[in-house]
Order: sequence, then structure tokens, then C-alpha cells
Amino acid sequence: MKILVCITHVPDTTSKIQFTADNTKFDSTGVQYIIGPYDDYALARAVELRDQASGKLTVLNVGEADSEPTLRKALAIGADEAIRVNSAPKDSYFVAQQIAHYAKEGGYDLILMGRESIDFNGGMVHGMVGELLGIPSFSPVMKLDVDGSTVKMAREIEGGKELLEASLPLIAGCQEPIAEWKIPNMRGIMSARTKPLNVVEPISQETQAEASKYELPPAKGAVKLVDKDNVAELVKLLKNEAKVL
Amino acid sequence: MSILVYIEQAEGKVKKTSLEAVSFASALAAQTGEGDVVAVALGTIDNAELASIGKAGAAKVLHGADSKLDAGVIQAHASAVAQAFDLTGAKTLVLAKSSLGDAVAARLAIKLNAGLVSNAVELPKTDAQYVVKRSIYTGKAFAETTVTTENKILAIKKNAIDLKQDGADAQVESFDVSLNDADFASKITSTERATGDVLLPEADIVVSGGRGLKGPENWGMVEEMAKTLGAATACSKPVSDLGWRPHHEHVGQTGIKVAPTLYIAIGISGAIQHLAGVNSSKCIVVINKDPDAPFFKAADYGIVGDAFEVVPKLNEAFKAEL
Ligand SMILES: Cc1cc2nc3c(=O)[nH]c(=O)nc-3n(C[C@H](O)[C@H](O)[C@H](O)COP(=O)(O)OP(=O)(O)OC[C@H]3O[C@@H](n4cnc5c(N)ncnc54)[C@H](O)[C@@H]3O)c2cc1C
Ligand SMILES: Nc1ncnc2c1ncn2[C@@H]1O[C@H](COP(=O)(O)O)[C@@H](O)[C@H]1O
Repeated sequence: MKILVCITHVPDTTSKIQFTADNTKFDSTGVQYIIGPYDDYALARAVELRDQASGKLTVLNVGEADSEPTLRKALAIGADEAIRVNSAPKDSYFVAQQIAHYAKEGGYDLILMGRESIDFNGGMVHGMVGELLGIPSFSPVMKLDVDGSTVKMAREIEGGKELLEASLPLIAGCQEPIAEWKIPNMRGIMSARTKPLNVVEPISQETQAEASKYELPPAKGAVKLVDKDNVAELVKLLKNEAKVL
Repeated sequence: MSILVYIEQAEGKVKKTSLEAVSFASALAAQTGEGDVVAVALGTIDNAELASIGKAGAAKVLHGADSKLDAGVIQAHASAVAQAFDLTGAKTLVLAKSSLGDAVAARLAIKLNAGLVSNAVELPKTDAQYVVKRSIYTGKAFAETTVTTENKILAIKKNAIDLKQDGADAQVESFDVSLNDADFASKITSTERATGDVLLPEADIVVSGGRGLKGPENWGMVEEMAKTLGAATACSKPVSDLGWRPHHEHVGQTGIKVAPTLYIAIGISGAIQHLAGVNSSKCIVVINKDPDAPFFKAADYGIVGDAFEVVPKLNEAFKAEL
């Protein structure tokens, strides 16, 4: 089985978000980059499936050279090879086109992504790639088992889940508890250095909805504390001041 | 011309988030002069329920009544909505962000060659360019996004607009959806859904518990508060990881993102990854015995105290007042 996992290179979840250049650029000063947490779930499940079916696992990122350490980390976790499509990810449509093109070229049976990226949070790239390739796409997937060409999945819906059956090839946007995040071990880190990381060029520059300017939410005012022996006061404040009851 | 809205239903009831999408479309239509708002609803729903979509501002509802569409089969719904888009000559599709809505919107973006903005938080600016403000970095920032295509899809975040409730009943028209086998290539074999409870992603009030509550046996007081307030219950990630509460209750960076009017956090420290899932709430109340818990910095109101003392008292106070 040939598996493709698409990963994002994103600020660590504890990062302070700031912008520069008149709010037109993300300020990466002091920011630590990671594999997107949902992509990390996808990768962990893909490693398990590859080990079961003795297939091949490729990771792909659409990003600039600074995302290579993130791809190396994915190789250390267990991917066999990496592809970097050499361009900033301009919008979901742009990214989806690149992924669809290289996915088709590679002839993958299964494409796993994260349910959403944690920078732009669209939750859209998997569905777009699915439509571009004419194959089914599912998200958010919390369980995925492959038996021959049959795939059984659990997809989260509001207040519960839905169990699904479909056939390969397909795309799934993953979230926990599909697998446990994997931490690279020493052997993985050593072998990652020599695994192939191929840089390819974008097939088109077309975009549809690019971000042009950023802004931060207004700062939160100080908390109003209510004494623990006077909880009725809190109820009054919620009712009459905040007007939320 | 009209603006099309994709309606989601659960067991024959139109979802409130879809009515918000209709309200949004109705305000957008008034702003741009794009004509009427037409809603497209799929599967078994009765006529009175469909007509009531008019209250939120839809003039017409196209009803694709085929019961094969009762289940939210992603590809089939995407095909049906694409057909409605062609039929109405719409240039804009509005829908609420949700598990099904996201999946359908993404496929439609390609089918309709439409620029898609996910997590839209307010009406677009449409004077010179078409610019939509959306939430990014899990609620930690906003981006102005310029859409350059003629067709557009806006997936709106909860609370992007107030629900409109003063419209007249909509005219309901049946709509023949043409579906093929490929649309049903995947099968939903079963659905498990908590019934009767308020659904977390749609709730106006959320009562949430963290590891400070010590164990699943202590959730009675949380549920009691939720019941009094007509709220949904939620929890932090460790709580669902430990199996104290079901996974679909876990909010935060890697869980559900909620945007209620009121979020009450009990025994939750307020780690940045937790805040990422709740920072769009209008009002946050924190109950924690540690005055230095980071959550107090993100809160509007707080009580420093032991949850096992404070919550039962608060439950009585809510009951007395409501
Ligand atoms: C990549 C990543 C993603 C993550 N995603 C999420 C996510 O989506 N959601 C999430 O919640 N977390 C997430 N986390 C975990 C997060 O960092 C925190 O560990 C978690 O939110 C802590 O949960 P908690 O507040 O319930 O528990 P704790 O941190 O253990 O806090 C318990 C709190 O309860 C208080 N307390 C104890 N006893 C009492 C009492 N009797 N009365 C009142 N208060 C009491 C304590 O003072 C403390 O503040 C993520 C972490 C990472 C690294
Ligand atoms: N630049 C990118 N490179 C590779 N994969 C990506 C990229 N952006 C998004 N994806 C994949 O698509 C998923 C959904 O992203 P999004 O639609 O941006 O929320 C992510 O979790 C990734 O798996």
C-alpha cells in the first residue's frame, strides 16, 4: 500500500501570535515550528498502517525551505521519503492543487491529512484534493482501519460519531484518537538524515482567497472576582451586567 | 440572482447554526443587492419546519426530499448543493461550519470553482474588492481575505451574526436531485449520537470540567448546572484522555472549538491549548482553587475556591434566580 501524508509546518501551540510589516506578515521571532498536531495523528496512523501492510509512506509539505526540519522530523518518526513543493502555501486552493498533482503522479492508495491546519484552520484542503482527484474524502476521522481495499472509519459528528465504509483510494482528515503521537527515537533520527527529501516546483500559481492583512483580537479586560461565599452575586452579574443568562 | 444557503438537519430539525447562516446570507443580500436568499435542505423534513427557515430570512426553500439524503453522505450532499447552485444562478453559497458543512464546502469549492473562506466572522466588505474577515490561529488572530473568483463560498463561524427571527414563512419548493452511484460510493453503516442533550458545538451556554474535578464520579454537579442552564457539558483534554468523559466533549486546540455566549470552566487550569478552543466565547467564568491559574487572565468573572464547595452553592443560586 502506498500512503501519502500531507503535513503542515506551523507555530507550536503555545506560540504568541504577532504580526509585522504593518500587520501584513506573521512575526516568526522566537516561534518554534512543529508538525501540525492533527497531521501528527495522521502520520502516526500512517506509520502503523505502513508497518502492517509493508507499504511505502511518503510525506509532503507545500512550503519554503524553512519547513525542511519539520519534514526531517516526519522521516524520523517513520516516513520513508519526503516531498517539499517549493512555495509558500498561499491559500487552501493553491495547496490543494499542488497536493492533487503530486498525489496523482505518485499513485497513492491512501492519503491522510490532519483535520485542519492550526495556522489557518480551514479544514478544507482534504475535501478539495478529494474533489480534484475524484475520490471520496472524509473528515474529521477518529478511527481508520484498512482490510484489503475496504476502509472502515469513524467520523466525528456534532455530539457523536458516524461509522463509515468505503474503498481505496480515499482521503481522510485525521484527529485523535486515531493513533497516539509518535516521538522519534535515536535510530529514526539517524536514518532520517539519509532518507530522500525531494524538492519539486509548484505546478501553478493560481489562488482564490489569499489573506492580505492580519489583526489581533482586542485585549481582554481584567477578571472580576466574586467572593466564594457570595456566589449569588455572580449569578446577578451574569444576568444584569453581562446579560448572558 | 440569489444567495444560496446549505441547510443541515438532525432528525428532521433544522440546525440553529444553519439558521445563523440564513441570517448572515440575508444581511449579505441586503448589502450587495444579490436578490433573495434561497435555502437548500436535503432529506426528510416536514413542510412546516422548512417554511420556518423563512423566519431567519430565506424567501424560498428548495427541498431535495430523497430519503437517501437523510444521512450526511458528503459526496451526495455536495452534488445536490451544486445542482441547487446552478438552478438558482447563485454566485454565493453560505453555510455554517460543522463536521458535514466543512466537508461539503471543500468539495463544492472545486465543483463550483469558488473561492472559499472558512471561519468567516463578519459580513464581507464588498465596495472595491471582496474582503472577508476570518478567524485564524485557532481564535488567536484574524485575517482579511480577498476573494478573487466570481463564485464564492463563505463557511461562517458560530456567533458571526445575530439570529434573525422576524421573517415571514418561506415558500417551499421541491427540487429533484439527480444522484448517481458514485455519490454513494461510501456507506454510513451506523450513527451514534447523544440524544436529548444540548449539542456542544451549537450550545449557547457550556459548562466545562477539568482534571480539578478529580474523577468521573464528580460530574453530577456539572451536569446539574448544565441542566439548570440548558447548557451543554464539555471537558479538557486530559479528562477525555482519561476516559472520564466522552471524546466528543473535549474542547480546545485538538478538540471542539466552541463559541457560546457563556462558558463556565470548573477546575480547568486554562492552558493555552484549552483556551484556543474557547477564546471566541462572549463571556467566560472560571472557578478554580488556585488564584494564579492562567485561566483567570482570560476570564470575565471568576471565583477563587474549591469547586466541591462553590459549585453546589452556585447550583442553588442559579435555581433560585432562573
Ligand atoms: C499539542 C497539544 C494540544 C493540546 N490540546 C488540548 C485541547 O484541545 N484541550 C485541552 O483542554 N488541552 C489540550 N492540551 C493539554 C493542555 O496543555 C493542558 O495539559 C490541559 O488543558 C490541562 O487540563 P486541565 O486544566 O483539566 O488539568 P490541569 O492542568 O491538571 O489543571 C487542573 C486545574 O484544576 C484546579 N483544581 C484542582 N482541584 C480543584 C478544586 N478542588 N477546585 C477547583 N479547582 C481545582 C487546579 O488549580 C488546576 O488549575 C494540549 C496539549 C498539547 C501539547
Ligand atoms: N502547506 C501544506 N502542505 C501540506 N499539507 C497541507 C498544507 N496545508 C494544509 N495541508 C493538509 O491539509 C490539512 C487541512 O488543512 P486546512 O484545510 O488548511 O485546515 C492539514 O492538516 C494538512 O494535512
